[in-house]
Amino acid sequence: MNFLLAIIIGILYGAGTYMILRRSLVKVILGLIFLGHAANLLIFTIGRLTKGAPAFIPQGAETLAEPYADPLPQALILTAIVIGFGVQAFAIVLFKRTYQTVGTDDLDKMKSTDELK
Amino acid sequence: MLTLILIGFAASAIAPLIYKPLKNYFGWIAASFPLYIFLSFLSKYNQIASGNIIKETIEWIPSLGINFTFLLDGLSLTFVLIITLIGVVVFLYAGAYMRGYEHADRFFVYVGIFMTSMVGMVISDNMMTLFVFWELTSISSYLLIGFNHHNEKSRKYALQALLVTGGGGLALMAGFILLSQISGSFEISALYNLNENIRNASTYSAIVILVLIGAFTKSAQFPFHFWLPNAMEAPTPVSAYLHSATMVKAGIYIIARMNHSLGGTALWQDTILIIGAITMLFAAILSYNQMDLKKLLAYSTLSVLGTLTMLLGIGSKLAIKAFFIYIIAHSLYKGTLFLVAGILDHETGTRDVSKLSGLRKYMPITMVTAAFASFSMMGIIPLVGFIGKETVYSAILEVDYWGLFLLAVAVIGNALIVMITILVGFKPFWGKLISTPKEPHEAPIKMWLGPLALAVLGLLMGIFPNVFIGRLLDQSAISIISEKLELTIKLWHGFNFVLLMSFVTLLLGIGIYFFRLKILDITHNFKLKKIFKPSEWYEFLLNGMMSFAKFQTKVLQNGYLRNYIIFILVTAVTLASFALFRIENALKITPDFSITFYEGAIALIIIISTFFVITSDSRLKSIVGIGVVGFVMGIIFIIHSAPDLALTTFAIETLTVILFVLVLYKLPRYLKFSKPLSKLRDIIIASGVGLFMTLMVLYITSIDLTSELKRFYTDTSVPGGKGRNVVNVILVDFRAIDTLGEITVLAIAALGVYALLKLKLDDRGE
Repeated sequence: MNFLLAIIIGILYGAGTYMILRRSLVKVILGLIFLGHAANLLIFTIGRLTKGAPAFIPQGAETLAEPYADPLPQALILTAIVIGFGVQAFAIVLFKRTYQTVGTDDLDKMKSTDELK
Repeated sequence: MLTLILIGFAASAIAPLIYKPLKNYFGWIAASFPLYIFLSFLSKYNQIASGNIIKETIEWIPSLGINFTFLLDGLSLTFVLIITLIGVVVFLYAGAYMRGYEHADRFFVYVGIFMTSMVGMVISDNMMTLFVFWELTSISSYLLIGFNHHNEKSRKYALQALLVTGGGGLALMAGFILLSQISGSFEISALYNLNENIRNASTYSAIVILVLIGAFTKSAQFPFHFWLPNAMEAPTPVSAYLHSATMVKAGIYIIARMNHSLGGTALWQDTILIIGAITMLFAAILSYNQMDLKKLLAYSTLSVLGTLTMLLGIGSKLAIKAFFIYIIAHSLYKGTLFLVAGILDHETGTRDVSKLSGLRKYMPITMVTAAFASFSMMGIIPLVGFIGKETVYSAILEVDYWGLFLLAVAVIGNALIVMITILVGFKPFWGKLISTPKEPHEAPIKMWLGPLALAVLGLLMGIFPNVFIGRLLDQSAISIISEKLELTIKLWHGFNFVLLMSFVTLLLGIGIYFFRLKILDITHNFKLKKIFKPSEWYEFLLNGMMSFAKFQTKVLQNGYLRNYIIFILVTAVTLASFALFRIENALKITPDFSITFYEGAIALIIIISTFFVITSDSRLKSIVGIGVVGFVMGIIFIIHSAPDLALTTFAIETLTVILFVLVLYKLPRYLKFSKPLSKLRDIIIASGVGLFMTLMVLYITSIDLTSELKRFYTDTSVPGGKGRNVVNVILVDFRAIDTLGEITVLAIAALGVYALLKLKLDDRGE
């Protein structure tokens, strides 16, 4: 499945990159979500995949014998998912607010404060 | 010696505190501080003159070999004594001269820092500390040239001096670093016996060029000479002190100091000789149409600096002797003449030499002082300047092949200096009185005492050269050319060719003076083309840099989010691909192509919904699509033994979709913004990023992984964390602080969300 996941990661990264380069703010947020998924899957895959052996230590045992899934990348991804959600929620609400105030979701019309004369 | 340096900086810092209450006596108080340092070093005179070297090391950053290593030998003692002695005169003088200036207290801070750094520089044996002091003198020079900062010219020329000397300083540092790679240490004394190794090193030419750029910029040698006349914007005590007597000799000091380790090759000797000779002649010629007292003196300073450099290039025993006498003589008479120019400016209100005449009755003491200094500068017996010029001529005559030619150059240069001297030292006092902007009167004692003392010292040194100069001469020569001179200094050498040349110089100079106005008339319309003026090169470079900065800011920081992202992504992916493809066999991996049916189905669902999200023109459909992608992610986690991840993903994806729908439901349809061409560009970039990531994952997963952490966490989970779900134990126990941070981030995001939803923007008609 490595090969397939590598391709999926590539597609998700590609999709995220493409979306984040759009002028519409909603699409940029969608791009952000894509990139989040891609990064999580990347960490997951390069932490090596194990099927059907989660890192649960059975009752009575002190530790686990190989093969079992590496718990560390999973812990990291768990954190990343939750943080990613925080970012998404904030971005969505920020977008709504921006749209109400500025009246557009075109990023190119929001660049004036940064412009060099 | 470090104590003296620290005292110097401390005293500079205190100056503004005591300036106001003690304003009337401040000159005397300020002068006592260089005097103290002067006397402290003078007390070591006998020790040094009898051949000892005083060395002192205080560790600063020992791990990098950067320490306060101070070394006092003949060469550094000579410089320290010149710096502090003229310091005494200048501080006293400035006490009176600067009274009318705003923020005169700051002036003393800057000059104090300068003097201390200059002393620190000439006694530093560690190249890095030397560099630090070197740059400190550049910075204090910047502050002093720009002292009248309300004047645009002052600011401009202060910056010019800083950029030229500071840039040279960086070159010098690079040279030092290359040198230290040969010797393995930053100490200059560690280079003493390495001349052979250094000359044969592959970096030798680079070292020589870098060190010389540093020296030539600081000592205003051609083609970096233009900053020095411009630096005359500074108050006169500064011009006398920094820009004639001391700081501009720092570059020459470096050449002298490095001579024993870098010298002896054609590259080193000839470069110095030729650049010195060019500066000597051209600076003198450039002075011919100046009317400003200080500018005239500045050009003559340039010419003398060129002569000193040239002498080091000749490098014979006689040349070193001439170098040594000339540097002392010049500091004495040029410092004095600058201060005299300051007095004239201060008491008459003008510096224009054509408006000054017949002041001898009003300023008798100044006139006598100026006469002494001028005789020394013109090289008239029995002043020290005479010995200086005689020795310079004899040293030049010794040069093979080019001797006579160089002598002719030197005679012309010196004749022009004679002309300058007459203009500055005699013309203002003799002839008919011309009325001046201010009613002329004699300067206060604080202003004439110091210059007069220096002038008299010039006379004494001329009559008793062995008492004052002779004893340090041998020791200095050892520092420069590693051998004793064993030449005696005499005032009178009898009637010979060199004396004749001195005479010719004098006559020629006087001749030029009397025909000066006619020459000016003839050359009135002659202007040097811009391309031949190094100052124009400087302007061109500076403007070029400014426009480049503007241009690249416009390109890189243009306010378009996507351009920033493109720059970052393209750079990152290009560099990372470069690294990836350099790994051997990186692309010769054979991945496992075997897939099961449901794996294929999962992949297909993700790919289809991804393209659905990208191409859809409805927000709602896109949100559904991204939800599907999220849920399939959860399924991937389940298959690969990560139930916690799957649970979280399902929960979060549900929330995201709900939030999206709630917020975005009421908004209008997508609008088409992008042009086809930019779409194509983005597709190319996106494909590049995606392809790179795929290749990277394939490469990484082809390497065997042994994780010690995996073992550690599973082994300690039950005994250490009392939990059987290892992922959970890691989150709440091993990485609990991390999780706390995560919760904090969520809380802040929640606050932000709440605030954005509830915020009322009254003034926007919300």
